Amino acid sequence: MEKKLGPATRDAYGQTLVELGKDNPNVVVLDADLSKSTKTAAFGEKYPERFFNMGIQEADMVGVAAGLAAAGKIPFVSSFACFLVCKSYDQLRMAVAFPELNVKIVTSHGGISVGEDGASQQSIEDVALMTSLPGFAVMVPSDAVQTRALVHEAARHVGPVYIRTGRPKTPVIYPEKTSFQIGKGVRLREGKDVTLIANGLLVFEALAASEQLKAEGIEASVVDLHTVKPLDRKLLLEEAARTHAFVVSEEHQIWGGLGSAVARLISEEQPVVMEFVAIQDTYSESGAPDQLMEKYGLTAPYIVKRAKRAVARKGRVSV
Amino acid sequence: MKKLTLEELPSKAKEIRRDIIRMLAEAGSGHPGGSLSAADILTVLYFHLMNHDPANPKWPDRDRLILSKGHGAPVLYAALAHAGYFPAEKLLTLRKLGSPLQGHPDMRRLPGLEASTGSLGQGLSIGIGYALARRLDKKSYFTYVILSDGETNEGQTWEAAAAAAHHKVDHLIAVLDYNKFQLDDSVKKICDMEPMAEKWRSFNWHVEEIDGHNLHQIAAALREAQEVQGKPCMIIAHTVKGKGVSFMENNNHFHGVAPTKEEAERALRELV
Ligand SMILES: Cc1ncc(C[n+]2csc(CCOP(=O)(O)OP(=O)(O)O)c2C)c(N)n1
Repeated sequence: MEKKLGPATRDAYGQTLVELGKDNPNVVVLDADLSKSTKTAAFGEKYPERFFNMGIQEADMVGVAAGLAAAGKIPFVSSFACFLVCKSYDQLRMAVAFPELNVKIVTSHGGISVGEDGASQQSIEDVALMTSLPGFAVMVPSDAVQTRALVHEAARHVGPVYIRTGRPKTPVIYPEKTSFQIGKGVRLREGKDVTLIANGLLVFEALAASEQLKAEGIEASVVDLHTVKPLDRKLLLEEAARTHAFVVSEEHQIWGGLGSAVARLISEEQPVVMEFVAIQDTYSESGAPDQLMEKYGLTAPYIVKRAKRAVARKGRVSV
Repeated sequence: MKKLTLEELPSKAKEIRRDIIRMLAEAGSGHPGGSLSAADILTVLYFHLMNHDPANPKWPDRDRLILSKGHGAPVLYAALAHAGYFPAEKLLTLRKLGSPLQGHPDMRRLPGLEASTGSLGQGLSIGIGYALARRLDKKSYFTYVILSDGETNEGQTWEAAAAAAHHKVDHLIAVLDYNKFQLDDSVKKICDMEPMAEKWRSFNWHVEEIDGHNLHQIAAALREAQEVQGKPCMIIAHTVKGKGVSFMENNNHFHGVAPTKEEAERALRELV
């Protein structure tokens, strides 16, 4: 499948913030000394009075955002995913989730595609942690177009939102101006044999995998499940009824991410054979992003392998 | 390990700087500015003052050094290579897949590393842990923690500051690489931490302020700190980000951007 690279999802976030700043005077932005990397700097240049570079103090920043939200502002809060989520988890819990405040956490450098900086800067736990906080909507967009739409949706949505963006340039999946809704997945391909569910960078890999599978006579559905929480129950149950086999893929630790979320829903409502493509309970390392995605098993061939296993198991297990 | 005299240190510091440039140019990414600003401090520590044994990195009586500002890893790797922890050729594997020289220190992968760092603000707490263990074990080693000024933005740094003084933790010597810059801009513009020395004094630390590129002052301050009892020590080392390479000095472009091959050649011509 042809890989046409578009902007990084973090770039789309930065541009969208500027649009939001123009439309809505209540939008304020906070960053923790990473505004050039998270791309909030553009907002800061345009609307300096509504931009707060807090310095390297993520926990304080989230607390401040809670106060701003309680006072009626719409704070967008950014840093690398690992630092923002992990350093401020108690503030996200106590100051944002518990009082159900209207705070938007948008991180960059999600996953291991961060590359050479290595494990300490890569976030593999954020989706698990953020979905654990009651009331948070949690999203992992797959390309720049989707990021832009979901950031606009996040601004409209009343309540806490988490969006993870990434560092590298990202394959283009959608035409400009495609619209998306929080909690509504996208069926990109329809097949009868297996459903490939993914978010973030793995959506492109799932599409590539579906072409390889097709060449081998396996018809796969491909679902972009950008929203991990709330899950698109209707879409998942439709797919379960049709293919009876899921492969869930994500650039995240296997414990507690998209795979776990889908498995819980499916096992309760309509069990199907399931396979997972994710990071196998380990930290990654330094290396080029593509090398790491390959080494940690997050590319199309791994999805193909799992899909074949799922199809084979379906023949044996009665579901 | 055999120690160098103060007179021998300048050429060692220069070699370390040259290696920082070479390894970052080869890697194509990484943090030159904050590696260069800490080069003189680490040179004095690893080659003049610290008791350590590269042939026996787990020697229980060794002095410990924690690079809390983990993005400065190149200066630490260069020092460790020169000390003999691993062959110098390895430096050119920095940030490459499978290398023990990770973008930020990973203590599982490289002997001589005492902490895994890269999330700023955590090193001082880990240093307190080492220093408390020393006290329990009745040993005499020192724990050195290299902090960046950006890390003083972090609340955890100040929790550690209070805890170390409260528990009368000595044999804990922090050195602040006060190069006045963080990532987005100068510390003054992003989150001014002045008055820096008064803050640490008011937290009941023994505080010294020095020129962090004057090898004599660095050595003298560290020796003074070693004598302090019942208190942690903070050496505020005024430094220049990018020190030693004219076009990198106080140029925060080189905070997190590696030199191109051409820039590296220019830098190496200056470092002779
Ligand atoms: C907790 C945390 N937040 C953000 C970062 C990203 N980051 C890497 S270096 C840096 C700032 C560097 O400034 P400083 O700490 O003063 O180091 P120096 O100038 O000595 O290089 C930032 C914000 C990080 N590593 N850890």
